[in-house]
Amino acid sequence: MIVSFAVCVLALSGAGFMGLSGLGILRMPDLFTRMHASTKGASLGVALLLIAAALFFQDLSVGTKALLTIAFIFLTAPVAAHMLGRAAYAKKIALWENSVIDEGRGKIATGADDRHTP
Amino acid sequence: MTSLIPFACWLAMLILVAGMAAAFARLVRGPSLPDRVVALDVMATMAVGALALVSIQTGESVLLDVALAIALITFLGTVALAMSLERGVFK
Repeated sequence: MIVSFAVCVLALSGAGFMGLSGLGILRMPDLFTRMHASTKGASLGVALLLIAAALFFQDLSVGTKALLTIAFIFLTAPVAAHMLGRAAYAKKIALWENSVIDEGRGKIATGADDRHTP
Repeated sequence: MTSLIPFACWLAMLILVAGMAAAFARLVRGPSLPDRVVALDVMATMAVGALALVSIQTGESVLLDVALAIALITFLGTVALAMSLERGVFK
C-alpha cells in the first residue's frame, strides 16, 4: 500500500517534471536557456519515472535495468548538451538580448564554419 | 489503494503527452537547427519516460529494454548531429 502510493507519487512528479521541461523548451527565449529545461528537467523526470517502474515491479532484473538506464541518461545527457551547446556557440547562434554574461567569448572559436568546407 | 495506480498513470501520461506536444511545437517552429536537435533530444527522453509509464500500466517489464535502447540510440544521434553541425556540414 505504501509502495503503490510511492509509485503514484513518483510517476506523477516525474511526469510533472517532464511536462515542465516541455513547457520550458517551448517558452524559453533562446537556445542556451532552452537547454537548461531539456537537460535537467527531462533527466530528473525520466529518473523518477524509471524509479517508479522499478518500485512497481519489485524485481531484481527490472531494477537493474532501470538503474542502468538512469545511470546512462545521467552520464550522457550532459555530454550531449555540452557538445550541442559548443557547436551552436561556434555557429554564432544568438544569445538572448537580456543575457548577463557571455563566458564563451574569446574561449570558443566562432569561425568554425570557415575552417571546414564539406 | 491499488486502484490508484492506473488513474495516476493516466494522469501522468496526459501531462507527458502535453509536454511532448510542446516539444514538437518547438521542433516545428525552431528558428535554427540546434533548436530542433534539442527538441528531438527531449522528445526522445520523454519517449523513454512514456515507455516506463506504459510498462507500469500493462505490466510488461520487457518495455524497459526498449527504453534502454532508445536512450542509447538518441545519445548517438545527438552527438552525431552536434559533430556534423560543428564541422559545418549543414549550412
